[in-house]
Amino acid sequence: MPDFEFPIEVSHLTMAYGSRVIMDDLNFNVKKGDVFLVIGPSGCGKSTLLRHLIGLQPPAKGTVKLLGQDFWAMGETERQKFMQHIGILYQRCGLWSSMTLAENIALPLQLYTDLGEKDIQEICSSKLELVGLAGFEDYYPSEISGGMQKRAGLARALALDPEILFFDEPSAGLDPVSAMNLDQLILELRNSLGTTLVIVTHDLDSIFTVGTDAIYLNPRTKSIIGRGNPKDLLKDPPTPEIKEFLTRAGGR
Amino acid sequence: MSDATATFQNGVLILQGDWKRTAPHPDADQFLKDNPIEGPWKIDASQLGKWDSILLSFLSKVLAYGEKQGNSADLTQLPEGLRRILDLGVYGRKNATAQRRQQDQELSIVHKSGLFGLELKKTIHEIIYFTGDVTLSLFRLITFRSKMRWGDFFAQVINCGPRALGIVSLISFLMGLILAFVGSIPLKWFHAEPYVASLVGIGMLRLMAPVMVGVVMAGRTSASYAAELGTMQVNEELDALHTLGVPQTDFLVLPRFLAMTLMLPVLAVFADIVSIIGGMIVAVFDMDLTAHAYLNTLVTTTRLNDLFVGLITCFVLGTLDACCGCYQGIHCGRSAAAVGKITTAAVVYSIVCIVIATSLITVITVILKI
Ligand SMILES: Nc1ncnc2c1ncn2[C@@H]1O[C@H](COP(=O)(O)OP(=O)(O)OP(=O)(O)O)[C@@H](O)[C@H]1O
Ligand SMILES: [Mg+2]
Repeated sequence: MPDFEFPIEVSHLTMAYGSRVIMDDLNFNVKKGDVFLVIGPSGCGKSTLLRHLIGLQPPAKGTVKLLGQDFWAMGETERQKFMQHIGILYQRCGLWSSMTLAENIALPLQLYTDLGEKDIQEICSSKLELVGLAGFEDYYPSEISGGMQKRAGLARALALDPEILFFDEPSAGLDPVSAMNLDQLILELRNSLGTTLVIVTHDLDSIFTVGTDAIYLNPRTKSIIGRGNPKDLLKDPPTPEIKEFLTRAGGR
Repeated sequence: MSDATATFQNGVLILQGDWKRTAPHPDADQFLKDNPIEGPWKIDASQLGKWDSILLSFLSKVLAYGEKQGNSADLTQLPEGLRRILDLGVYGRKNATAQRRQQDQELSIVHKSGLFGLELKKTIHEIIYFTGDVTLSLFRLITFRSKMRWGDFFAQVINCGPRALGIVSLISFLMGLILAFVGSIPLKWFHAEPYVASLVGIGMLRLMAPVMVGVVMAGRTSASYAAELGTMQVNEELDALHTLGVPQTDFLVLPRFLAMTLMLPVLAVFADIVSIIGGMIVAVFDMDLTAHAYLNTLVTTTRLNDLFVGLITCFVLGTLDACCGCYQGIHCGRSAAAVGKITTAAVVYSIVCIVIATSLITVITVILKI
């Protein structure tokens, strides 16, 4: 894969469920190595935007390009191959419940790499250590807590060392220390591997710790009403809503 | 691009080359066998090229080995990115709360049968508890203290009754045809053609219609009960009901139970009629009987008792179907795989119960000469 200055390009994207438009005519690019945040009030369409970016939902209008390619213009096999360049952590984790954590992480490796079983097991263990789940290889998702599932989902998203990582509320359900470690991990990934990250989050601490760029979605106007580094947005909020959001309704 | 190598000299682990998972790379176990790490050591990554997970998994294994021997590595001289990621791993290992599970060991047969016995005891306990629960719930219904919503009940009635008519009539029509057709062969030998009506009538009314409707509803509706309640269990919906103080038997089991028990006899009567029509078609077109003669024989040879036995059987089978489905759903595990398992179990147990119950009822009616 060649390097792209903008691994994600979104132009004139309209998202809709049936006839109900969620967001209208979105335009933005994500720069390589950025930690790109999608923020906004609950129900504004952040998860929906993420689903569009990862090709789970076709745009009602407009295009989404990942690494220079349009999902919906690709053939089925091309698309499957392409998926190994992105890693996703879902809002509800999406761990396969009939497989152990190690098997969950191993599956993408088995599908997309030529590594032997031993290498795969070692990678699984090291990924689990990374997210603080050392020793939980043989547990089933239903046997661990919600926050632990979140971290296991993260470990699975990291399995293939993807170029773009998508997180839907990664720190929800984590204790403050784990949340901080996760932020740290996110920064490490970006710094050491040059991964581009797209994160949906409500957590103010991590918004300011990790974010280098952000869009704020407004459900009333169905558009982006703020764009830029969250620290700049806080210093100079374009609208009162954003100020309220970023200062926890004035409490910060 | 140079090959990945790892060498250990004078307490320094030297990493060289590109460590990518697509290229060959050293094996951690082999490395540790060749270089048993002793004393304080550090890592030199100044000649390291590109790297990915493979390097991390190699280092995490080597570091873990060192930590176990009490020789933690000095990571301070590593490039910032690599060091912080390894630190996370070190932190993760130090704070590990779980021991890696033992792989499934071969259990002795005594051990296994002991486990089976314990499981059986638990299941029997649960079944008794469930039966009691349903009974109490029925009692509450009779005394107007139930939290059952009648809307739920009617929705279930429609689901178990009218919506099932298509499949039930299809199969019962076929059964009527088959019974008449197969019966016609020996009946012709004895010139007893008119009695094909008794064959279809007694056969279907008394036994075949209840069993057939029971089996169809086990596959159609018990399975859906189990899957629905099981998914509710997975989504913590049952817990939400429980903490709200609503007995799940009142709210979820009772409407389904009542609907199934009441609708099964109705479906059976319908199946009786359709199968009699099926039999009549064979009688008229294959055996040269008139419809009048067929119906006349049917009425004179089939007794009302046959119908009653059939309806009572239906009632029992409906109870069993509903209980199997709901019981399995409520005792579901918390994963998608568990839902699949209990759905299968609901159908299998329903059918086993149907077979046992029908046999018992048949024996009893024979003894009582009904
Ligand atoms: N499958 C669906 N069908 C119809 N409408 C949907 C569907 N999923 C979501 N919506 C609607 O789309 C809107 C955006 O939902 P979405 O899940 O993207 O919100 P969100 O920003 O991720 O919220 P949260 O922060 O609470 O996760 C909501 O108003 C919701 O009602
Ligand atoms: Mg969401």
